[in-house]
Amino acid sequence: MGMGTFVNLTVNGLSTGMMIFLLASGLSLIFGLMGVLNFAHGSLFMLGGYTGVVVFAHSGSFILALVSAMLVGLLVGWVVERLTVRRVYGNAIAQILVTTGVMIVLNELVKAVFGPDIIATPVPPLLAGSWAIGSVILIKYRLFTLAVGLVVAVAVHLLLTKTRLGMVVRAGVENPEMVQALGINIRQVFSLVFAFGAALAALGGVMMAPAVGAVNPDMGLQNQMLAFIVVVIGGMGSFLGSALGSILVGLAGAYTAWFLPEASLAVNVLLMAVVLLLRPNGLFGMGGE
Amino acid sequence: MILELKQVKTHIGQFRILQDITFAVPEGKVTVILGRNGAGKTTTLRSIMGLTPPTEGEILLDGKRIEGLPPHVIARKGVGFVPEDQAVFSALTVNENLRLAMRGRDQSAEERLTFVLDVFPDLKEKLSRKGGGLSGGQKQMLAIGRALVRDNRVLLVDEPSKGLAPIMVEKLARALRVIKDQTTVVLVEQNFALASAVGERYVIIDDGHTVREGILCELEQDRELLRRYLGISPANGERGRAG
Ligand SMILES: Nc1ncnc2c1ncn2[C@@H]1O[C@H](COP(=O)(O)OP(=O)(O)O)[C@@H](O)[C@H]1O
Ligand SMILES: [Mg+2]
Repeated sequence: MGMGTFVNLTVNGLSTGMMIFLLASGLSLIFGLMGVLNFAHGSLFMLGGYTGVVVFAHSGSFILALVSAMLVGLLVGWVVERLTVRRVYGNAIAQILVTTGVMIVLNELVKAVFGPDIIATPVPPLLAGSWAIGSVILIKYRLFTLAVGLVVAVAVHLLLTKTRLGMVVRAGVENPEMVQALGINIRQVFSLVFAFGAALAALGGVMMAPAVGAVNPDMGLQNQMLAFIVVVIGGMGSFLGSALGSILVGLAGAYTAWFLPEASLAVNVLLMAVVLLLRPNGLFGMGGE
Repeated sequence: MILELKQVKTHIGQFRILQDITFAVPEGKVTVILGRNGAGKTTTLRSIMGLTPPTEGEILLDGKRIEGLPPHVIARKGVGFVPEDQAVFSALTVNENLRLAMRGRDQSAEERLTFVLDVFPDLKEKLSRKGGGLSGGQKQMLAIGRALVRDNRVLLVDEPSKGLAPIMVEKLARALRVIKDQTTVVLVEQNFALASAVGERYVIIDDGHTVREGILCELEQDRELLRRYLGISPANGERGRAG
């Protein structure tokens, strides 16, 4: 593998990692704060992808597609929390059933409207093409996703560490009961974080579509699998953990894809197993060791 | 009476934990809840706070019923809570732990913060330290301080001396004496020396029932009662001493 290929794979891996991160960070926060393993999270990713397709087809503006996807994610996430998840806090079995149910409903809805087949999603013209620097070829769209992912990661990190809301979320991940005993309406915070996590997932979906060239109704499920691996690697509820976990998973996927494409998922599962052997709570996980 | 419990029954899952808890807390005093391990003291405080809401009975704060309200609403009505395990947020700094509890940034909140740091000078030096890095005694101070920065009518404190070194228990006793001038306190305490050093009234809970209520200094004389419900005989050796 030459220098050019190596750089290319690394950029691809980091870029995929960033999109996985958008999915995984919400999953991790929702689990850390509310104890909900949200099986519908990938559907929001998928919904983001389809929203992007529709908006881009009608407006030709990719920025508008990104923003609309996030808004749809925010709205659907809020409704899903209000109507379903809210009723089953504290009941793990019911949560799995309810969120799986939501996932099936959303996926079937999308299939009903758009059909079960893939829809091709070209890279927006402004972001198409690549730069060649010597033997290194940099794909513009990959760099774009990397940049957006980084900006979002930094923004969310600042939100979590520098604002009162972030303080409440961090405290809630540790002990939601005590947060309530301090006069804070944790249910409101739950709704907000759920909707916000959904918006991030939808953003991941809309950015992923041009990177892989298509959307399909199952794209949520496929990427949710990787996101779960990331959350386990990084540690449930840890934002920094999901960032690092996503980078690891993204890179591992990209390098394996070059040598042995079929082994991509297997390598990520292996990565998870190794991390769990060394650190049972994940890289940044809290709690009893 | 600032706080009243009337025939409170509380279930956790299908277990009936509290059967009949009835007592009243007079304003401006320290009421100590006594009783052996597993008697239901913690569940009583958690029921007042709304964390394990009562299934029957009434809880009145300033004469108004609060049972069945969500915990954050009860907290906003002026009930402060210092849980048994302190529940300091370990990932947050000492400063953040305190700020989280403060609602507005009004003058009185800042004054209460100053008061807390005067009562617990140890915290003042550790403001930027993570909660998780504090000693057991410092965590207890932070948990109490965090409740005190709020404008409370009643402060519920669950076994603050548990697991603390004697010198920390002394500090705690001194702090509690200062605090009781500011707010009404309901104190669960197994350390009878500490309880009688700061408390005025007592309630004994046994097996989910309130069995006795009265003035603490009278209880000190009643060896039979102490032995029966608390398993201590104050004449020959107390379980701990508090300054
Ligand atoms: N979550 C729970 N589930 C079942 N039983 C509980 C639970 N919490 C407390 N109990 C039981 O309720 C009784 C009272 O507990 P608690 O209020 O903690 O007592 P105390 O604080 O007086 O030691 C104990 O017998 C305890 O085992
Ligand atoms: Mg207890």
